[in-house]
Amino acid sequence: MSGGLDAARAGAWVRRLAELVQERKDELTDLDRPIGDSDHGVNLHRGMTAAVAALDAGDPATPGAVLTAVGSALVSKVGGASGPLYGTALRRAGKALGDAGEAGTPELARALRAALEGVVKLGGAQPGDATLVDALAPAVEALEAAAGRGDDPAAAARAAAGAAEEGALATTPMVARKGRASYLGERSAGHQDPGATSTALLVRALADALEGA
Amino acid sequence: MKKLLNDPADAVTEALRGLAAAHPELSVDVDAKVVTRASGPTRGKVGLVSGGGSGHEPLHAGFVGHGMLDAACPGEVFTSPVPDQMLQATRAVDGGAGVLHVVKNYTGDVLNFQMAAEMADDEGVQVETVLVDDDVAVVDSTWTAGRRGTGATLFVEKVVGAAAERGDALGDLAALGREVVERTRSFGVALTPCTTPGSSKPGFELGEDQMELGVGIHGEPGRSTAPLATAREIAEASVAAIHDDMPLEGELLVLVNGMGGTPLMELYVLVDGVRAAVEGRGARIGRILVGDFVTSLEMAGSMVSLCRLTPQIAELWDAPVQTPALRWGR
Repeated sequence: MSGGLDAARAGAWVRRLAELVQERKDELTDLDRPIGDSDHGVNLHRGMTAAVAALDAGDPATPGAVLTAVGSALVSKVGGASGPLYGTALRRAGKALGDAGEAGTPELARALRAALEGVVKLGGAQPGDATLVDALAPAVEALEAAAGRGDDPAAAARAAAGAAEEGALATTPMVARKGRASYLGERSAGHQDPGATSTALLVRALADALEGA
Repeated sequence: MKKLLNDPADAVTEALRGLAAAHPELSVDVDAKVVTRASGPTRGKVGLVSGGGSGHEPLHAGFVGHGMLDAACPGEVFTSPVPDQMLQATRAVDGGAGVLHVVKNYTGDVLNFQMAAEMADDEGVQVETVLVDDDVAVVDSTWTAGRRGTGATLFVEKVVGAAAERGDALGDLAALGREVVERTRSFGVALTPCTTPGSSKPGFELGEDQMELGVGIHGEPGRSTAPLATAREIAEASVAAIHDDMPLEGELLVLVNGMGGTPLMELYVLVDGVRAAVEGRGARIGRILVGDFVTSLEMAGSMVSLCRLTPQIAELWDAPVQTPALRWGR
């Protein structure tokens, strides 16, 4: 039975995500090239650098405060569509966690559900539009199913990461209906969505942090 | 791709320092990336704020000055600015009569300006937004993020800027801006792709004998790739695409815009074709602007924007303007 998400593990989540983005920023940018403007990896890398700096400067005391601080840093530094969408997602998740010192699987599921609702409200995308929603929605569903089974947080996050990765892969044949890729119409099909791909990294980083990786 | 750069990561910051050095009539906050008129806000005048990714110069900072914008927020290259910038600009230009945001319809621009408008509203600054979406290449916009905002942005900034200068109220300026958008359509063609600073590869591949039809202004691919045509054929295709969407009639305000890498001579060759295509459809050129105004780094190609003039829009277009990139009558 692993522990839940406390402030230390939330910090580890953010730092692990920064590492994964750094490692895979060229790949994210390459995914963005044929359908967008080839900067997704660069933008997220800039945002995660700011997010880690915000954590170092503020040392937030609860997991909710960690996610709120990181969300605000992303909104302030990234720009484009990714900044508001990722920033809102993390801020909503942080707000949903409230002042609690530690989040178990049901609380994590509620937080990620709040993140998904925030993104959908802001961006207007639905599942199947080839956006980050196609990775985040299955991750939320996997977390909720895990909460129903009584899985511990690490196992639940692992299942969610797998679901997000599958969701990201499933965007490949889709015709994009939101974001810049939508301007390509049918030509957007055949490309994995960069936002869904980086969202899968976000959930994988959570699983890594909860496993102490 | 060879470029005049130091560290690509510093390109936007260094360009802003250069802009400040070249234009003492502008006040440039290099760290926050906010450009305002050095003269400060005008009491009782509505402030006009626009912004968007860098790489489209002179849009938007080049249009800050008398008769146009009060502030511009340049983002990273082809990336919209962040809400903090827009909020700072909004505060800086509020002369007590409210602030109008001119926003190009790209997801990032829309989301960030929306957040900034909410934050400004929380602080008690009245904000209205004009969304520019003039690009006819985006068909079936109910299934996409909607039409992109391109050349009409300049028309809105000039016409609404002149109306703001004479003291029109915020609500009237927003309505006027929407009328200009409603009456304007644009169509873009790329002959070459462009390469963002720091990137090793261009945004898309295009053969020597090919062109990209229906492009936006971010180096993204267009709707289709076609064999390279003559200037006359490109002019005809551009005007036809616009006419199919918005029948042309009467006098038109015309922008024949270079995308950053097209010689002025070629743009004038295109103008000759646009004139013929417009007149062939029973309309005529009432006002025209030719040159690089809404660019996409070093991309070769063109964007034709046509606005069906009204007497009021023509009068405001002719009104004096004094900005780094557009100036007449003053």
